[in-house]
Amino acid sequence: MSEATARADALASVERTPGSAKPDPILRVDKIVRQFGGITAVDVEHLEVQRGIITALIGPNGAGKTTFFNLMTGFDQPTSAGKGGAAWNFNGKQLTRTGAAAIARTGMVRTFQLTKALSRMTVLENMMLGASNQPGERLALSLFPPAWRKREAEVHAKALDLLARFKLDTKKDDYAGSLSGGQRKLLEMARALMSDPTMIMLDEPMAGVNPALTQSLLGHIQSLRDDGMTVLFVEHDMHVVRHISEWVVVMAEGRIVAEGPSDTVMSDPAVIDAYLGAHHETDLAELDYDEIESEVAEEEQEREELG
Amino acid sequence: MDQLQALLTDVLREGIGAKTAAIAIVIIGLNVHFGYTGLLNMGQAGFMLLGGYGFAISVAHDIPFVVAILIGFALATVFAMIIGFSALTLRGDYLAIVTIAAAEVIKILGNSERFKSLTGGSLGFPSKKYDPAFLNLSFFPHYKTWQILSFNYADVSTSAGFRIFGWLVVLALAVGLVLAGMKLASGTRKILVMVGLGVVLLLAALFMFPLTELSTGDSKVGDHVASSTGWWVVFVGWVLAAICTGIVYLLTRSPWGRMLKGIREDEDAIRSLGKNVFAVKLQALIIGGCFGALGGMVYALSLGAIKADDQARPMTFLCYTALLIGGAATLLGPIIGPVLYFFGQWTIEGIVRFYVPDSFLSDQQAEPTAYVVMGTVLMLLVIFRPQGIFGDKRELRFHV
Amino acid sequence: MVGAIVVAFVGLLCALSTAPPAHAADDETCTQTLESACIQGTLLVRQGKQKNLPISGATVVLTTPSGDEQTTESDSDGKWHFNVTEEGTYKVSLDESTLPSGMSVEGKNEVSLPIKFGTISANSASFSINASGYNPNQKDKTAEVMQGIYNGIVFGLLLALASIGVSLIYGTTGMSNFAHGEQVTLGGVLGYWFCNVGLPGIGTIGLLPAGILVVLVCAGIGWLQDRLIWQPLRRRGLGLIQLMIVSIGLSLALLFFYQLMLSTDTKQVSKKTVTPHYIFGDKVAWTSLSLTAALISIAIIAAIGFALMRTRLGRATRAVSDNPALAMASGIDTDHVIRMVWTVALALAGLSGLLYALVIQNGITALTGSQILLLLFAAVTLGGLGTAFGALVGSMVIGMIASVVPTLGVPDDLKYATAMLLMILMLLFRPQGLLGKAQRVG
Repeated sequence: MSEATARADALASVERTPGSAKPDPILRVDKIVRQFGGITAVDVEHLEVQRGIITALIGPNGAGKTTFFNLMTGFDQPTSAGKGGAAWNFNGKQLTRTGAAAIARTGMVRTFQLTKALSRMTVLENMMLGASNQPGERLALSLFPPAWRKREAEVHAKALDLLARFKLDTKKDDYAGSLSGGQRKLLEMARALMSDPTMIMLDEPMAGVNPALTQSLLGHIQSLRDDGMTVLFVEHDMHVVRHISEWVVVMAEGRIVAEGPSDTVMSDPAVIDAYLGAHHETDLAELDYDEIESEVAEEEQEREELG
Repeated sequence: MDQLQALLTDVLREGIGAKTAAIAIVIIGLNVHFGYTGLLNMGQAGFMLLGGYGFAISVAHDIPFVVAILIGFALATVFAMIIGFSALTLRGDYLAIVTIAAAEVIKILGNSERFKSLTGGSLGFPSKKYDPAFLNLSFFPHYKTWQILSFNYADVSTSAGFRIFGWLVVLALAVGLVLAGMKLASGTRKILVMVGLGVVLLLAALFMFPLTELSTGDSKVGDHVASSTGWWVVFVGWVLAAICTGIVYLLTRSPWGRMLKGIREDEDAIRSLGKNVFAVKLQALIIGGCFGALGGMVYALSLGAIKADDQARPMTFLCYTALLIGGAATLLGPIIGPVLYFFGQWTIEGIVRFYVPDSFLSDQQAEPTAYVVMGTVLMLLVIFRPQGIFGDKRELRFHV
Repeated sequence: MVGAIVVAFVGLLCALSTAPPAHAADDETCTQTLESACIQGTLLVRQGKQKNLPISGATVVLTTPSGDEQTTESDSDGKWHFNVTEEGTYKVSLDESTLPSGMSVEGKNEVSLPIKFGTISANSASFSINASGYNPNQKDKTAEVMQGIYNGIVFGLLLALASIGVSLIYGTTGMSNFAHGEQVTLGGVLGYWFCNVGLPGIGTIGLLPAGILVVLVCAGIGWLQDRLIWQPLRRRGLGLIQLMIVSIGLSLALLFFYQLMLSTDTKQVSKKTVTPHYIFGDKVAWTSLSLTAALISIAIIAAIGFALMRTRLGRATRAVSDNPALAMASGIDTDHVIRMVWTVALALAGLSGLLYALVIQNGITALTGSQILLLLFAAVTLGGLGTAFGALVGSMVIGMIASVVPTLGVPDDLKYATAMLLMILMLLFRPQGLLGKAQRVG
């Protein structure tokens, strides 16, 4: 438990306000805005993510969490790019104008809310694709197996290792398309680990997963942290978050409304407001149809960005 | 009986001829695009045309043979890069529109009066300007007549009963090959079984329908004889097709080939794993395009002239039909597909010519009839057997 | 550019004895046998609004291999011929003094022809004539360009009729319909059938009822096509790429089916002769037919625009285009909307094909639609995929380019290539199209 205590101590002095400074931030975000047409999906003034801990990014549906993930990982470009000091920085590297693949190569690897298992490839092939530094992925060398066979063997061993850890080793020769939803989540996580990332960003890893598998997923996430990785994950269920995350960031309507350790942040009035909304005391029948429609539209937009 | 024998001999000649080999090479390239990488290239005929023109015009200007081939590849590469930079960063259907338009532009330029001195315009670029150089390379004897399989049915018996028996054996072998292709799970074993059966089938077919051709068409003796006649171009065509298949085998079994399949399944997933998707797609487009160009060169050698109109949109669509018959993303699909396609086309045309009364369908209508059938086959294949006749059934379950 | 270049083509045809007589000449005295050959040609002036004006009364001189000279005069159609009964190399030249004043031969005024009886190769040659002083109907560059613009507007509107359909189908189903060109052909073919061949039991009908019938039949085919092919395939969950390939198969089958029916001839629809009228002095020629076609197109496009903006079905169509899932969630019957889109799209394509055969191409061939298809795609892409208004703008741009660039010096046979190159270039710099929203591009 000494490590856990150390992590708690490091965060003890951190202010519990949105955008507070961390002692050892691995990701630092400034003035990121993303608008879809007239709707502002993300408007983050400042955010720091502490190295080596599990940070949860929570918020109600349509809060802009996935859009924020897409922006950080280069799958979407901020509307504010290039003006007003919009920037983000990972592990000392400026990523403001970097493409998705290059960001992944800096050690920040993500998963997707709607899993992207490569259906018509086997589980093992899926895993092997996650590896970095494979010289055989260079066209000129691909025709000469001796140039890449050694690395291929290493990658193969590592893939089997990870599959065993995620209990997918019996499925290694099955098509990924034949896996269950939960197994695909596991596969995607395992695949992301193939490149030994320093930070892993999980987009709703628990969504659509049966309760038994949820427990094992949570265990996996914790063991990643114990291996020294930084984990940032999106979740909309506050109760899932409570057990495993050392720090919680709450988003609502595109902004960060609260930050803090999981046990205290849940009682923050801003968070309750965000979850139950400004409407939480109004009657459901009085809800504005247009507002709901625009929220649905935004969700769709996010999903489109993904798919 | 003899008419049927003649018809079937023609079908066999076309089915294993140099033109089929050329189309097979083109389809190997298309398979890299569409089958493995999921790139919807609707302009493969444009790559063919560039390869054919680049090679033939260079040779006609006394540029060394090997350099002429490289010029064909260079044109295809530049073409692929123009297409790639304008469409590969966009959604998949843009690539279809850009490739089809770009190939149309090449066709129009080839037909244009403006460049007639270079390309021969709509009359075509005649083969006598480029195939002597090719024929001179031949290590087959010049101007001899060769019968493939000199021991054949005529040495045993020419009786109708024996011939019908032989035809039935050939038919049974063909059905066996198709069944093996459909039933066996994909893998090395399937490939070996199919290659073995294919060789036996070919020998049996040649035994029943012996083919006689010149060994090498020869430009020195008497009048010019186009390279399209003779075994030399057939031999070169199929050797090249085999080499291309070998290259694709190595490529698709390498980590680079794994990336191709990954991109076909989900580009964003591959991007999230740190791979430069655009670069890989561009590489695939160039490689497949160069196979297309090589096929275009063989195609030029197998015909009397390079005509832009021969290599327009219907050619690309023909390639898709043949690829889907053989099975996209399979190693042997691009070989088996065009062979079956041309067997089918020539059988239909032969039946229309010989057995359908002219009052119903005239001889001129034989070719369009075959195309109507092939268009319908393309639709039915995509709807009912999208993995192709020889594709793996397991893949069917997952829609992309 | 004062001094139009008048080009006379001397086409020399040495047809085979096996060639069908219709190809040899209209003149039956000129025959090809194993013992004789025919040398013939037509003297034509290619010029602005009166294309291919024949030159009559010009003297053509033939020098036989033995050095004898024969002469003949071109007839009122500009045609001339020689019958020769000797093999060898003949020389043909034009007597410049017999040309209308101001005309002279440009380049060399002599064509050598090796004549062999029974050879396969047909010889033909041409030489052009510069007529710096001869200008019966002198046209300046401005007039040519203005004519090009008028033609471009008409062509653009006809393209728009068809491309709006492509765009609506793409918008609502995500599918690029490669068989749309064949639906355009169908309109022209049906028009030919109703006006010229005649319906069984009724006989030929006039252009107006034929036009209405074409639109109705095409609409019915659109309805049926969606009912029998596209809706079941959507239900099967066929992917967009697969759907696209199915439409390619359909287009191939239809294209060659038309070829079976029509062979490769051009079929003229309704052979009424139309006299041109002139506006802006005599700079721009228009015919009542082309103007009517343009006005019909404008009216229909305006009606479609109004329907999309104001009617319930139109709004539903736009909703399905914007976001199918949301539209379905809001209770819109997407299948019904898509069925209507197919019906309207194919009706418009048919009308476009009929008008095209009447005012642009002077007839219909099996290939007409397949030639237009890429222009439709270029128009839709230029305007921004899936936006109906964008398709209109894109079509006008494409129609204008195809009609105006030939007047600016681009060879006529490269005009379509120019339009397509423009589209490819535009994707490099503005991938969302002229009117598309930037974020829709993936």
